[in-house]
Amino acid sequence: MDHIDGEEGNFEVSVIQHPRYVDMDKCIACGLCAEKCPKKVPDKYDEGLVKRKAIYVQYAQAVPLKYAIDPEQCIYLTKGKCRACEKFCPAGAINFKDTAKKVTVNVGAVIVAPGGETYDPGDNDTFEYKKFPNIVTSIEFERMLSASGPFGGHLIRPSDKVEPKKIAWIQCVGSRDENHCGNGYCSSVCCTYAVKEAMLAKEHCADDLDAAIFYIDIRTNGKDFEQYYNRAKDEFGIRFIKSKVISAPEVKESGKHLISYVGDSGKRINEEFDLVVLSVGLQPKKESVTLAQKVGIDLNKYGYAVTHSFDPVSTSKPGVYVCGAFQAPKDIPSSVIDASAAAGMAANKLSSARWSMTKTKEVPIELDVRSQSPRIGVFVCCCGTNIAGVVDVPAVVEFAKTLPGVVFAEQNMFSCSQDTQDKIAQTIKEQRLNRAVVAACTPKTHESLFQETLTSAGINKYLFEMANIRNQCSWVHKDAPELATRKAKDMVKMAVAKARLLEPLSEPTFAVKHAALVIGGGVTGMEAARDLADQGFHCYLIEKTDTLGGQARHLFHTWQGEDIQQYVGGLIETVSNNENIDIFFNADITAAEGFVGNFKTTIHQDIAPDSPAIILEHGVTIIASGAAEYAPDQYLYGKDSRVVTGLELQQRLVDNDSGLAGLKSAVFIQCVGSRIPERPYCSKLCCTQSITSALELKTRNPEMDVFVLYRDMRPYGLREEIYRKARAAGVVFIRFNFEKELIVETDDAGRLCVTFSDCVLSRRMRINPDLLVLATAIVPEKENPLAQKYKISQSADGFFMEAHVKLRPVDCATDGVFICGLAHAPKPIDESITQAHAAAARAATILAMEKIKGEGIVSHIDPRLCSGCLGCINVCPYGAISFDSEKKVAEINPALCKGCGACAAACPSEAPILMGFTNHQLYAQINSALF
Amino acid sequence: MQTEEFTPKIIAFMCNWCAYGAADLAGVSRMQYPSNIRPVRVMCSATVSPHHILRAFQSGADGVLVGG
Repeated sequence: MDHIDGEEGNFEVSVIQHPRYVDMDKCIACGLCAEKCPKKVPDKYDEGLVKRKAIYVQYAQAVPLKYAIDPEQCIYLTKGKCRACEKFCPAGAINFKDTAKKVTVNVGAVIVAPGGETYDPGDNDTFEYKKFPNIVTSIEFERMLSASGPFGGHLIRPSDKVEPKKIAWIQCVGSRDENHCGNGYCSSVCCTYAVKEAMLAKEHCADDLDAAIFYIDIRTNGKDFEQYYNRAKDEFGIRFIKSKVISAPEVKESGKHLISYVGDSGKRINEEFDLVVLSVGLQPKKESVTLAQKVGIDLNKYGYAVTHSFDPVSTSKPGVYVCGAFQAPKDIPSSVIDASAAAGMAANKLSSARWSMTKTKEVPIELDVRSQSPRIGVFVCCCGTNIAGVVDVPAVVEFAKTLPGVVFAEQNMFSCSQDTQDKIAQTIKEQRLNRAVVAACTPKTHESLFQETLTSAGINKYLFEMANIRNQCSWVHKDAPELATRKAKDMVKMAVAKARLLEPLSEPTFAVKHAALVIGGGVTGMEAARDLADQGFHCYLIEKTDTLGGQARHLFHTWQGEDIQQYVGGLIETVSNNENIDIFFNADITAAEGFVGNFKTTIHQDIAPDSPAIILEHGVTIIASGAAEYAPDQYLYGKDSRVVTGLELQQRLVDNDSGLAGLKSAVFIQCVGSRIPERPYCSKLCCTQSITSALELKTRNPEMDVFVLYRDMRPYGLREEIYRKARAAGVVFIRFNFEKELIVETDDAGRLCVTFSDCVLSRRMRINPDLLVLATAIVPEKENPLAQKYKISQSADGFFMEAHVKLRPVDCATDGVFICGLAHAPKPIDESITQAHAAAARAATILAMEKIKGEGIVSHIDPRLCSGCLGCINVCPYGAISFDSEKKVAEINPALCKGCGACAAACPSEAPILMGFTNHQLYAQINSALF
Repeated sequence: MQTEEFTPKIIAFMCNWCAYGAADLAGVSRMQYPSNIRPVRVMCSATVSPHHILRAFQSGADGVLVGG
């Protein structure tokens, strides 16, 4: 980005597009250029462990898969001689005359998502990283483990290529360290990735690998991460050693490194490791700081974008939003949630412009070819030399002409080029083809392109089949051209056999009810409802109690000092007065049916005797049903009024309880009901909440002795700041031994008495506090009836499960149902709000459509063959099949079917047919695969 | 006695979303493997029934691979 002008609703942004020197339309990613390029440079993607060429793709899965020239390394661009790539490129894609282009765009909102980078231990030569090859960063180690990495996925150490027997991970390198590197925050991701790397390393090594992780606190507070940590300890035998390692010198040129630490027993232990991995933290990039200055947004002292807990993806400049690791160090799921939230915030402001710049594509009327016998055209691609260099393409064309149903066959230099596309469309019309087979690359990247060609020629796009004779033939059998040609012929024969049986398919459309049901009137539900209402969609907000606000009504301040009561009050007022939001208090959901775009939910309001049931029709469902605070049955809770939960203390702070300031001492106990066998997860928010409360008590009465008894302190990310502040203010943090009993009782004088074992001193300690605060777990409703009603699943802990942890973190596996807030996992208020924005943004993608277009490749059950055994219903992962109890047959809802075909395989009488992959079509392919 | 080297005929059913994509990536990475395998793309390995596997053997396959 070069320059930005204007304000919210009307920005003018100029962007410089640097030259690529490769024409993206022509490049076929064959790789010949890189093969011929004489210039080798260290490959940044592989952390410099191997070399790439000056013309390259960043990594094998790069999208788009197109080459680019590195102008700083290219011999021609730096010295004026070479042009080998240009000479050998079969597609004529090299363009050395390419220049930088300036593009100006007019936009209403800007989203800043530059990401972050890892700390470079070379900066200060931490652990003499630059000197020793067997001291590697965690990112280098990731590449070393990767099958596509520098060592082909074999775990060997860099110095001598021998498999290591002992590996140490050192945590917090470039994190939680104000002095050495200035990154005073916790990087949030390193604990979990170190656990992952250690587990993967164990799986990679044939011999028993000894893996040890040296840590300050293990902070596995993401959803299900604690269980993962437990597996690493208990099942994989990974050693976790609490020790801040300061050096790892080499042992007499052996390539091994010595780590010296104080063990649990208090004795110094010296251990030698074959390989040392530095778990490097995250930090903002220097370029991002420059970018932020150009955009005009505020950054904090570390260079992260400043945001507010109640508006967590908005920057200091109106109309500019931020997401991902530039807001704070965070992992992939959080970054993806941020991304949807930022998009949603932009959409809230821009909803009036929706659909104003879209164009509708004109398509010719589809010809009905069902009564015609197959007239198949086969187009065999040379792909320059990529296919033709190995496979005898003319022979494949001649062979294709002999196959039954084929009336036309030809070869093309590049089937995917625009002129060939036009030619194929022309041929379809001239030859009156009603099916087409393209033998070229993979349908995964090119099927849709050729299907469009069919559509433009008036042929149903499902009357098309590809033979993958490049990726799965010429590229992988390049030393056996005869065998490759034989295989290519068979693949064409199989494709033609299937094409003969293809039938036109239709893509059903469904109308969308333009209303949302939001379940839960807490902060999360209210924020989601407000977003959708702001975008002009009607919302039904269901609350089971008689008040809005949920748990947040008891919360005092955020760790950043923002007043939660003031915020919640304002939000309740906005939501209550919004005419797009209908609020139903004291409401229970008694029944739900339907599918994406068309849900029907029955609610019952407990407001008067014989209140009638209300039926609500809605296109999407957002679940923000929250969770409760665990009510402990230990530590004298409920028996002694001096023992309270974390939330109860927050309420007393809200109420400005004058008794608090008079207390002489307070003790917090962490992980009450969390991280135990019965409830193995970490409740995530309690560490920061206890620190904030402890600090508040200390502020109200600086003379008060405040102790926090913990197992691991987990104020992740920028929250590390308040942990440091609390320690500076004199709050005493004591790590207690969880294996030894922690006892709470009253002594003869009636004083509270907390007895525990201190980990550092290895001895029993006793404190007599005036107030005991239990940081209790966040508990979801197990066997929540919503799960069955909306066909969504709960984890063993009772939290609702997302469709994909990283890719679809707020979607449920059932289309049209979204989750956010505590119902998804324990999280603090800012993350609940972000998730609410994200869920609303995802829901709006459905509500914004007039109609939803279904897939053509879905299953259909032939009722004549169905015996009503219910076998298919049991295997369908999408709940798309129901049983018609009158006709006694199973029926598929095409709106829910994803076309996996599991029903077709499970049925003993072959009643379900997966359209486009029918048994007849598959049998035809199998029969012609004979070779 | 003369023996010919045995080259098994293998039919591979591959899930569009994983195994088929992996086979494509093997091509992008130019990994080389014997050519005596014929791929059949399916939308999910769950769609492959015992019928398909038996049909492959009936048709003369020596081996069947289901990748998913």
